[in-house]
Amino acid sequence: MTVSDTLVPYLEATERYEPVIGLETHVELGTRTKMFCGCTTTFGAEPNSQTCPVCLGLPGSLPVVNRMAIEYAIRIGLALNCTIAEWCRFARKNYFYPDMPKNFQISQYDEPLCTDGYLDVEVNGRTIRVGIERVHLEEDTGKSLHVGGATGRIHGAEYSLVDYNRAGIPLVEIVTRPVTGTGADAPVAARLYVTELRDLLRSLGVSDVRMEEGSLRCDVNTSLAPRGASQWGTRTETKNVNSLRSVERAVHFEIERQAAVLDAGGRVIQETRHFHEDTGTTTSGRSKEEAQDYRYFPEPDLVPVAPPRDWVEQIRASLPEAPAKVRARLRTEWNVSAVEMDAIVNAGALDLVLQTVAAGASAPDARKWWLGELSRRAHDTGTELAALPISPRQVARISELVAAGTLNDRLARDVIDAVLAGEGTPDEVVEARGLAVVSDDSALTAAIDEAIAANPEVAAKIRDGKIAAAGVLVGAVRKATGGKADAARVRELILQRLT
Amino acid sequence: MPITRDEVAHLARLSRIALSEAELDHLAPQLDQIITAVAQVQEVAAEGIPPTSHATGLTNVYRDDEPTPCLTPAEALDQAPAVEQQRFKVPRILGEM
Amino acid sequence: MELTRMTAAELSAALAGGDVSATEVTRAHLDRIAAVDDRVHAFLHVAADRALEQARDIDARRHNGENLGPLAGVPVAVKDVFATKGLPTTCGSRILQGWHPPYDATIVQRLRQAGAIILGKTNMDEFAMGSSTENSAYGTSRNPWDLDKIPGGSSGGSSAAVAAYEAPLAIGTDTGGSIRQPAAVCGIVGTKPTYGGSSRYGVVAFASSLDTPGPFGRTVLDAALLHEAMSGHDPMDSTSIDAPVPPVVAAAREADVSGMRIGVVAELGGEGYQPGVLARFAESVELLESLGAKVTEVSCPHFRYALPAYYLIAPSECSSNLARFDAMRYGLRVGDDGTRDAEEVMALTREQGFGAEVKRRIILGAYALSSGYYDAYYGKAQQVRTLIIRDFDAAFGQVDVLVSPSTPTTAFRIGERADDPMAMYLADLATIPSDLAGNAAISVPCGLADEDGLPAGLQVMAPAMADDRLYRVAAAVEAAFTRRWGHPLLAEAKGL
Repeated sequence: MTVSDTLVPYLEATERYEPVIGLETHVELGTRTKMFCGCTTTFGAEPNSQTCPVCLGLPGSLPVVNRMAIEYAIRIGLALNCTIAEWCRFARKNYFYPDMPKNFQISQYDEPLCTDGYLDVEVNGRTIRVGIERVHLEEDTGKSLHVGGATGRIHGAEYSLVDYNRAGIPLVEIVTRPVTGTGADAPVAARLYVTELRDLLRSLGVSDVRMEEGSLRCDVNTSLAPRGASQWGTRTETKNVNSLRSVERAVHFEIERQAAVLDAGGRVIQETRHFHEDTGTTTSGRSKEEAQDYRYFPEPDLVPVAPPRDWVEQIRASLPEAPAKVRARLRTEWNVSAVEMDAIVNAGALDLVLQTVAAGASAPDARKWWLGELSRRAHDTGTELAALPISPRQVARISELVAAGTLNDRLARDVIDAVLAGEGTPDEVVEARGLAVVSDDSALTAAIDEAIAANPEVAAKIRDGKIAAAGVLVGAVRKATGGKADAARVRELILQRLT
Repeated sequence: MPITRDEVAHLARLSRIALSEAELDHLAPQLDQIITAVAQVQEVAAEGIPPTSHATGLTNVYRDDEPTPCLTPAEALDQAPAVEQQRFKVPRILGEM
Repeated sequence: MELTRMTAAELSAALAGGDVSATEVTRAHLDRIAAVDDRVHAFLHVAADRALEQARDIDARRHNGENLGPLAGVPVAVKDVFATKGLPTTCGSRILQGWHPPYDATIVQRLRQAGAIILGKTNMDEFAMGSSTENSAYGTSRNPWDLDKIPGGSSGGSSAAVAAYEAPLAIGTDTGGSIRQPAAVCGIVGTKPTYGGSSRYGVVAFASSLDTPGPFGRTVLDAALLHEAMSGHDPMDSTSIDAPVPPVVAAAREADVSGMRIGVVAELGGEGYQPGVLARFAESVELLESLGAKVTEVSCPHFRYALPAYYLIAPSECSSNLARFDAMRYGLRVGDDGTRDAEEVMALTREQGFGAEVKRRIILGAYALSSGYYDAYYGKAQQVRTLIIRDFDAAFGQVDVLVSPSTPTTAFRIGERADDPMAMYLADLATIPSDLAGNAAISVPCGLADEDGLPAGLQVMAPAMADDRLYRVAAAVEAAFTRRWGHPLLAEAKGL
C-alpha cells in the first residue's frame, strides 16, 4: 500500500502547470450476439450460461465476425467524423490472464477500422475540439470474482471464480488524441467529453452506455508540464473510473499529485494507476518487472475487413441528428439560453423533457416539472432523474390535468408524490384520493362561510375595499378543503359576498 | 549468437513455461541453432514485397447477428479442473492487467 | 477377400449391394486393430462400442430402404487433433489428457452424416509438431513396413492405421507436410487439399494459416472419395472457401494425363535427397512422359527459403494458439496446492504438459514475434511467403502441375533424429512450399528405394482449387505402376 501522497492544491497546481489529458473509452455494443459467435449477450444472466466453444476459446474453435458489430463501429466512427478504413485486419494481442479464454484478445493493432476524427465539447463557454485518433473493435473478457480478500478485490484474495458470459461481447475502443489547452478546466473537460460521447453513442442506438453496468468504461490519461514548456510531461493512466464524476475527480487528483512530484524535483512515473471511489485518490497499480510485449500479429483465423464504400455511405445516411445539433435546435425552438439548456442537460433531463413533450405537454411545462419538482425528488432520494418511478407520459398527463383545471399546482405535486410512491397512474391517484379540484360552488360555500366567520377583521377589510386581503380567506378555505379548492373561484366567491 | 540463454529464459517466462535449469541448458543451444538457420530469410531481397498473412485472398466474411444455441453451464464447466458457484475456480490472480 | 484388405471403394460397393453389412465390416476392422495395434500403436483410443452402434444404425437404415451415400458403413480413423464430442481428444499431448470436447469438428460431423464409421482416434506428434510421431506423449507409432521405423508425422497414426489395414480410410492434417510425408513413408496415398477447402472448425490449431485437414487412403480413388466427403465450405470457419469441391472423384476415375504439362521443380531434389528416392522419382517422371504428359523442368528460386520461412511462421502462430492451455478451464492442472498463484500454476502445468518440441516452437514463436524482432523474422518470413506464392504462380503459368519427391528420405529409424530438431525439420523440405502457398498437393506411392526396400512417394502439386488435377495425375501413375508391379505397392510389405 502506498503512503498518502503529497498534493499541491488544485488552483496552485494549474497556475504553474499545464495539464494534458487523454481518454480511452471502451463501449460494449448492444448487438444481440457476441463479436465472434452467436451466443446471446443478455446482461445479468446466470454465470457461464451464455458461452460456446468459440467464446470459451476451446481447442479447435474459430471466430466469425458479427457483421452488425462492424456496422455499429462504422456508425460510431462516422458520428465522430472519422475516416473509415478501406481495408483493415484484426490482430492478436497476446498476454495471459484467466479471464481471457484464449490468452490472446482479438483486437486491432496498426490497422484500426476508423481514424482521424473529432468530437466538439462545450467547456465553460468555449468549444474544445477533442481529436479522435482511432476507433477499433475488439472482444471483451470474462469477469472474475475474487474470493477471500477483505474488499472483494484482487489483493489478498485466495482464489478467483471466472464467469465467461461477457467474454466475446463486442467492444469498441475510442482513443482520443492528447487534449491540450484546457488548463484548470481539464477535469471538467474530461467529464464533459465522456458525457458528450455517451450521449452521442446513446443517440446512435449502439449501446446502453451505462457506466454503472460497465457498458461504458473509461481510462483517463493525465500529464503535467510546467507552463510554457515545449514538451509534454510523462503521463499516467488511471483505471477503475466508473462514473462521470469519477472521471473529473481522477484528473483533479492526478493534477494535484503530479504537481507535488514535480515540485519536489521528482519525475512522474509512467504507470497505470487505480482510482478509488471512496477517497477520490489514485494509487499505483502492481509494478511489473518486465514491460508487456503483446507480440501483435494479424489474426490468421479472420480475413481482412474491407467495407464497401456504398455500405459506408448507407450507414452515414442513416445517422441520427447528433445531440449537440439537437440541443442547438431546441434552444432556438424553446427560446432558452445556453445556461438554461446546460441546466437541462446536466440534470439528465433532456431526453425526459423531449419525451414528455412528445406525449403532449408543452415544452415549458415539461421543463418546469422535470427541472423543478422531480429534480428535487431525485436529489432528495439520491436517485437519477431517469430512475424515478414516473414516466414522461405520466408527467405529460399531469400537465394536461392542470391545464384542464382538474388539478392545481399544489394538487399536482400531491399526485406526483403518490405516483412516485407507487399508488398508480395519475388518473388512478386522482380517482382514489379524490384529489380533483373542487370548483362546485355549493361545496365551497360552507367553507367560505366558516372562513369569513373565523376572520371577521379580514372580512371587514375586504368590505372596506382592501381586496388584497381576500388572499388570507382564500388560504383559509384552501386549507379547510385540503388544498382542493380552486383558488381563483374561491376568491371570486369571496369578493362576490363581501363587496 | 542470435539468442542467449537469458533470452530463452525470458521468453519461457513470457510464454508461461517454467523451464527447469536442465531444460534451459538443453534447449538454449538448440534454439540458437534453429534461429541461426531461420535467419536465412533475411538474405532474401524483399524491398516492396507485401507480406502474406492470408493465402486465400478472401475478405469480408461475416455472420448475421442472430443467436445460436449456447452450451449449458454444465457442458461449459464439465471439463473444468475446479468449479464453484457455477464458475471456473482458478488460483489467486496477482494484480490487475 | 478379407474385408480389411478391401479398398473403401470396394467396401462401399459391397455394402451398397448388400453383400456385407456395416456391422461385419466394422467388426472385421476392430478385430484387425486388436490383432496388430499393440505393435503398430496407431490408435490412442478405439471407440469400439460407438463404432458398432453406428454400424448397426447404418445397417438398419439401409435395410429400411434409405438411400445412403458412398461412405455409409465404411470405417474411418480420425487423427486425435480433431475434436470428437464425447471421445477423448488429446492431440498427442499430456496437457489434454482426459479432455472430452463438448462438440464435434465440422469434418467429424460431416463424416458422421455421411455414415462413415469412426473407429477411433489416432496417434500424432504433439499438437501436430513433428515428422515422425515420436513427439507424441503417448509413445510413437510404428511403420507397418518395418516396426523399427517411423511412420512419418505428424499424422503418423492415421497413416500407419491405413497401411496396416486397420482402417481403409483416415483423416489427418497437413501444415508442413504432415499428411504427405507419412503417406510417402508408409506407401499409401495422402492429400493436402487447397487451404480453405476443408474446414478447420474443430481442428485444434497448430499454425492457423497453414493447417489443412485431408484424407489418407490405400488408393487414389479412396482418397478422392474421402476428400469429397470431408471438404467444402463451412460458415463456422472464416478462412473456408465458398466454392464447390473440385471434382476429385471424377478426375481419379478418368486418370488420363495425356496432354498435361508437368513441371519438375529443380529446387526440390538433388543434395539432401536419398538416391533411392530420387531414382524412383525419376522413374515416375519417365512414366508420366510415357503416358502422354509433357514434362519440363521449372525453377522456383525462393523454394530454398521455404523451410526457414515456415519455421518462423508456424511457431509464431502456434506460440499464440497454444497459449490457451493454461490449466484454468480444461486439461491438465499441476501444482494447485493452495500456495501458488494462477501464473505459477499455469507455468508448472505447461512445463509438465508440453513436450520438448512444442516448447521449442513456442519459444521460437515468441522470439519471432517480439517487438524489435518482428520485422526481421516474422515480417520477413511473410514476405518470403509472398515470393514463394509468386514462384508457384509463375510456374503454373507454364505447367498444369508440378512434381517432386514427397520427402527426401524413406522412413528413418525410430530415435535417429529424435533429439536433432534441424535434421527432423528436413523431412518437410519438399512439402512445405505448398503449405505456405495454400495450394493443393498429393503424395502417391512410386516404388521402393533400393537401399532399404522402403516406400518412396511422388508429390504432385496443383494450384489452389485445382485439387482434381492431383487425382488425375496420381491415379494415372498409380494405375500404370500397379500394372507394372502386378500388385499395389503395399502388397510388398511384410505381413503383420
